[in-house]
This record gives sequence, structure tokens and C-alpha cells, in this order.
Amino acid sequence: MHRGKGMKFVGDSRIKASGKMSNTPKDYSEYPGKTEAFWPNFLLKEWMVGAVFLIGYLIVTLAHPSPLERQADPTDTMYIPIPDWYFLFMYQLLKYEFASGPYNVIGAIVIPGLAFMALMLVPFMDTTKERRPFKRPLPTGFMILSFLAIFYLTWESVENHDWEAAKVQGAIVDEVEYDETAEGYEIYQGSSCIGCHGDSFQGGLGLPLTNTGMTPEEIIEIAHDGRGTMPAGTWEGSEEDLQVLAEFIAELETK
Amino acid sequence: MLNKIYDWVDERLDITPIWRDIADHEVPEHVNPAHHFSAFIYCFGGLTFFVTVIQILSGMFLTMYYTPDIENAWKSVFYLQNDVAFGELVRGMHHWGASLVIVMMFLHTLRVFFTGSYKKPRELNWIVGVLIFGVMLGLGFTGYLLPWDMKALFATKVGIEIAASVPFIGEQIKILLAGDSTILGAQTLTRFFAIHVFFLPAALLGLLAAHFIMIRRQGISGPL
Repeated sequence: MHRGKGMKFVGDSRIKASGKMSNTPKDYSEYPGKTEAFWPNFLLKEWMVGAVFLIGYLIVTLAHPSPLERQADPTDTMYIPIPDWYFLFMYQLLKYEFASGPYNVIGAIVIPGLAFMALMLVPFMDTTKERRPFKRPLPTGFMILSFLAIFYLTWESVENHDWEAAKVQGAIVDEVEYDETAEGYEIYQGSSCIGCHGDSFQGGLGLPLTNTGMTPEEIIEIAHDGRGTMPAGTWEGSEEDLQVLAEFIAELETK
Repeated sequence: MLNKIYDWVDERLDITPIWRDIADHEVPEHVNPAHHFSAFIYCFGGLTFFVTVIQILSGMFLTMYYTPDIENAWKSVFYLQNDVAFGELVRGMHHWGASLVIVMMFLHTLRVFFTGSYKKPRELNWIVGVLIFGVMLGLGFTGYLLPWDMKALFATKVGIEIAASVPFIGEQIKILLAGDSTILGAQTLTRFFAIHVFFLPAALLGLLAAHFIMIRRQGISGPL
């Protein structure tokens, strides 16, 4: 057996020289003048590729600020979760009948585990000396199939997710600043409006009362006649109080 | 001047062989995009490393503001994003870099696969590369929780449940990751922070070192 320092390699590709090998690549000294010193010539060229890449990277970063949803609220049971995009194919796999419920372990562990092990052991399954992809159809075919499967599952996951609803469910709700000693605020706290519009005007069954862009007159009209799902005649207080309240609500704006 | 400093150090530490190992070697024509444009596929690995370096640097700056506890984590990220000078840019680079590193690593894997470069004598380097892929996915998974917003919390819940479905040791993995068998909260956040910032980067640096040492020792695979 050949050990340690006695090994002889062919060219820079370091295929062991045996003389019998038919696919011995050409020594790169057979391309006279075209090899290049790594330092500094080639590294500078690599840096040029890197610089072009960096420009694209920065354009994406500036054009799309990274997302931040509202602060985590473990009590919100309505939230539909979604992982980062590169886990979507595994997430989608768990939605199929053969890989969910009682068979969850198949979709969650067995299939991903087998795929990862297969990827890791590729060099020991494909042991021929042939390197060109079209001359070894099995490895190439399996890799293309895996790629298509991942692409399909990711695609399906994106198709089936309600992105509009996701945007709403995660949106940061701006807190509104208001004067808690104002007369309008006291009237609001004592009224039935609070049941649907929330204790700090954030909405609930009803719409938020912030940034309405309405005049006090329009607000009074809605309080009397209702709008959408809001029934008419919900205001039970006096006209004077309603006037004060409407003026208060008309000025509620988030920062 | 520089030469004198070099000589002074070299006289004491004999650094020339180290320099030769790192930088002084020839690059073959078939991987050089200046000669064959199609050789740009050989850039994917280097670009993955480039993004990794950006991730490490931007991550270091992010930890200057980030607070890993459930009261302040989201607030610190919100502050960083909206009030800190260039905070949006640094966080944006870390956010997009996390995706880019996966994309570039995937492309690099495909290049190595389709050029058959994993074959003897490079089997070990392929295995190390697959392990790096796993560590990167782990970094993506743990980093996703850190902003402590809605999508972070609920995606992590799903992820932890998947980890818990491992036969026999699932429950233990879950407790190890989440810090509790039922609650996903303060403990989970500090653990994910520690894993994201210390454990996995340490593993990553070790694996990258092995990856690069093996490339230097074996050379890049020859032309097809």
C-alpha cells in the first residue's frame, strides 16, 4: 500500500498517477500561459466577481427592507405559521396524507433523513471514475428528480399560502397617542362603542377608529345610522356627548 | 519597510511555508472565468464564503443592539430597524445574506455534483460540505426565531414539533432546544441565541477550515 509522501499526482487536479487510468485529465501545464498565480492575479479577478455580486446584493437589500411582524403573541391561536422559504418544501411535504397525522414521522423525519443521508453518501454509491454528467445517467437523473421535487413542493407551498392574509395577521398595529384626561376619552370609555372598537381604538369586531380621515359630522352620522356590519342606533348617549366624542375620534392619528 | 517587517517575523517564525500554503499556488485555466466564461460555475463556492463573511460581520454588529429576552428582543430589533443609523441596512444584509448563502451553497453543491468532483480522492471533502449545508440550515432555523415576531414564534413552534417527532429521543431533543417540554418562551429564545451565535458558528468555522485545507491539499478537480 502506498502511504504518505510517496504519492504522485497528475497536475493540479491531483488525480493519483497510475498510468492505467483512461480518464486522466490533462495537466494544466498543457495550457501554456493560461494558468494564473492565485495571489494576487486570480484573487483580484475573483474580487471583481465578488464586487458585481455585492452590488446586486446591496440593491436587493435597499429595495426590500427586511420584514418584521408584530411582537410574538403566544395567545394568538389564529395565526397561520410559515417557515422561511428554503424550508417550504419540507413544510409542504407534511401536508400530504401519506406524510401527516399518524404518518407524520415519515414526512418529518424519514424522507428528509433519507435524502440527507443519500446526499452525504453519494461518493460511495457513485464510485465509477467517470465524471461527465451525461456519462453517468443514474446520479444525474436522481439529482434532477430531487431538484424537480423540491422545486414542485416549494411552488405548491407558495401557491397554497394566503399571502394577503399572512400580511394582515402579522402587521404591526401602530399605537395611537391620545390624552386620557380628555372629555371625549371619558365618554368613549363609558359608551358601548368600546365593545367592538377596542379599549384603545384598535378595532376588534369593528374597524379601528384611528386615521379615519372623517369629519366629526360624518362620524356622528355613522354612530346614528350604522355602516357595513355596524347596526343603526347604537349610540345611546346624548347628542352633546356624541359631538365631543366625534371631535375626539376625528383627531385620532397614529404617529 | 514591509519587507523588513516580513523578514523580521520570518526569521523568528518561518512564515514563508504558511504563506506558500495559503496563497502561493497556480490556478488552472478551466476554473478561470477570464478564459472560459462558463467557468463562472466555479465561483459559487467562493461567493458562498464571501456571503458567509458578510453574515459574520453583519451579525457581530447586530449583537451590539440585539437583546435576547422575550420582553426586549422584538423592541431591540424594531429600534435597530427604525432608529439606528444604517441599522436597516445591516439587518437587511443579514436577512438577505441568509437566503443568498443558501442559494449560493445550493448552486455550489450542484456544480460539484454535476462535475463529479466528489469522486475519489475527494469523498471526505464532499461529506464535510454536506455537513456545512446542515449547519447553515441550522443557522437559518435558529436565526429565524431571534426577532421574536409572530412568524418567528409560530414557525419555531412547528420546527420544534418536527424535532419532537424523532423516534425515541424526540422529547429530549425538544427539551434541549426549547428548554421546556411544553413552553416555547424565554428559555427557548436564549438557547436559540446561544446556538445561533456560538455553537453553530464554531462548528461552521471548524468545518470551513477542514473544507479549505482539503481543497489546498488535493487541488481543485481537473477539467471534464
